[in-house]
Amino acid sequence: MESFLNRYRNITVLLLVIFAQLVLLAVDAKNDQHVRFIRVWTVTLVSPLARLMEGMRGSSIGFVHNYITLHDSDAENRRLRAENDRLKLDKVFLTNELNRAENAKALQIFQQHTPSKTLAASVFSTGIASSRKVVYVDRGSSSGVMREMAVVTPDGIIGKVTAVYPTAAEVLLITDRMFAAGVVSGKTHAHGTLKGTGTSQCKVDSVAFEDKVDPGDWFYTSGDDRIFPRGMPVGVVKSVKPGQPYREITLDPSGMARGAPDDVLIVIEGVHQDIPDTPPANQQVYLAPPPPPLAEPVAGTEAAPADGSQPAAPAHPTPGTEADKARALYQKTADSEDIVLGGGATGQNIKRPPDFTKLPVDPRTVPQGRGAAPPAPGPAVVPPAVVPLQKKGTEAPIPTKSTAPATPPDAVRRANQAGGGPGGPPQL
Amino acid sequence: MTYSGGRMLLSSQREGQVSRFNVWVAILVPLAALLFQVYVPTFLHFLSFLEMPLLVVVYLGLMRRNPVSGLLVGAAVGLAQDAWSGTGSPLGMFGITKTLVGYFAASIGMKLDVDNVLMRFILAFFFYVFHQAFYWVMEHALLSQQSPFDLPGWLGLGVLNALVGVALFHFLDKLRVTAR
Repeated sequence: MESFLNRYRNITVLLLVIFAQLVLLAVDAKNDQHVRFIRVWTVTLVSPLARLMEGMRGSSIGFVHNYITLHDSDAENRRLRAENDRLKLDKVFLTNELNRAENAKALQIFQQHTPSKTLAASVFSTGIASSRKVVYVDRGSSSGVMREMAVVTPDGIIGKVTAVYPTAAEVLLITDRMFAAGVVSGKTHAHGTLKGTGTSQCKVDSVAFEDKVDPGDWFYTSGDDRIFPRGMPVGVVKSVKPGQPYREITLDPSGMARGAPDDVLIVIEGVHQDIPDTPPANQQVYLAPPPPPLAEPVAGTEAAPADGSQPAAPAHPTPGTEADKARALYQKTADSEDIVLGGGATGQNIKRPPDFTKLPVDPRTVPQGRGAAPPAPGPAVVPPAVVPLQKKGTEAPIPTKSTAPATPPDAVRRANQAGGGPGGPPQL
Repeated sequence: MTYSGGRMLLSSQREGQVSRFNVWVAILVPLAALLFQVYVPTFLHFLSFLEMPLLVVVYLGLMRRNPVSGLLVGAAVGLAQDAWSGTGSPLGMFGITKTLVGYFAASIGMKLDVDNVLMRFILAFFFYVFHQAFYWVMEHALLSQQSPFDLPGWLGLGVLNALVGVALFHFLDKLRVTAR
């Protein structure tokens, strides 16, 4: 060491003197922020080293912690697995809630636009017996539910109420072997009886061999059973096999396409509708805006009578509801006989009742297929296209002029036959 | 006293003379140079280009031919110049610069014939430019100060200082005690 210092004495002294003056300079001088250079230089010199040492320390600890010790990885793994399972359950729950909300929205739209009076209900339980296909809904007699009421969804019929309790009701699904309902083909209007098979499919009995039914055809409720209003979708034909005397038709129920629904509608007061010509589209309902009001009366429309009675409907057929069309037919008949309708019983111009046997025949009211009855002879009643259903055990309503709805001739006849109520044409 | 005028390089260190100075000379001459540097430009501004402390350090380093002695003289003169310069030059700026000048001058003095007038002129010119350039580097590197790199000016002033230095060295030669 001593020889080293002797050999490099000059340069050693030089470095020492310069270093001492550097320290002196650093202590004496300040930078723009009035910080002494010795502090600036020290921090500048030490910071990279400290950062390097801290990086090495962190890397070393991380390496030991992540790759060598692993003392808490197992517990963390279990915790993460449990959290993952919980998140999966939450996802399933939220997905179900979302589907439920969408179904509820569809039900609400359907409930608003169907002419039948319905009551929303939720399925809260299924039947215990495996041989029976029943569910329980959270509406009972306290909500006005009675036996034999129809249970439907926008997709199609679901079943019917078979037992009623104060706060719940038992619904027999259409897939149960004991279920039966009257159905009619949408394309050929072939009548038949829907029966459950105990599986996810149903069959349609009593369809004559000569009636043409193809796979893909839709069946709708016929209203013959006085449980389901006419015109509600039932399902689509899956297979048709020839048989004697009836065809063997297998049908996929549209209301049960996605299994038993969670939310249903109970038909409190059914209203018959026409059988659609086209299959029901499983899409959202779009309502066009209402038409603009007419600026002036349509030609052929009679002026309002001076006695303040209702203005007469136009003589020509006008577009509108079935009730409007029926009213137009009545009005045309009355006009041809020079009789003013709506004048009341004390009207001066009522000399005789209109001869409604001369009503023009609406082709849509002519029954088709097997089981269709011919028009009733004698004084016939041409009703509107829709009529409220009368539940069994209650007296059949007598349509009045104020209630207006009438029943098609064959429907009235069948309703009277099924209910055993008083027959005869309803009075106007 | 005769000086070798035919050669600039010495064949060995033994050829060079080691000049010795009295203590009062070694103290008063640098002090006088510092006082000149501080006060004369105040009254005679045209003489502000002169770097008398630097010339003295170069002379003492060349004549003493001892690097340690030369760097200590340079450090002492430089620190004193810093101290007299006020806040314009932090302590150590001139000190470090003149320490290196003293060290290199003493080191070169062992190899060159420093009694040669031309060699004195060249060395004085070289060390002046080196002094100015190194000071500029230290300003940038250590103090982060932005000053212009005026190399032509340094060269011109270097010539002037070298001329003055040759005359100064001739005067200071009268004060040394020569021993072979």
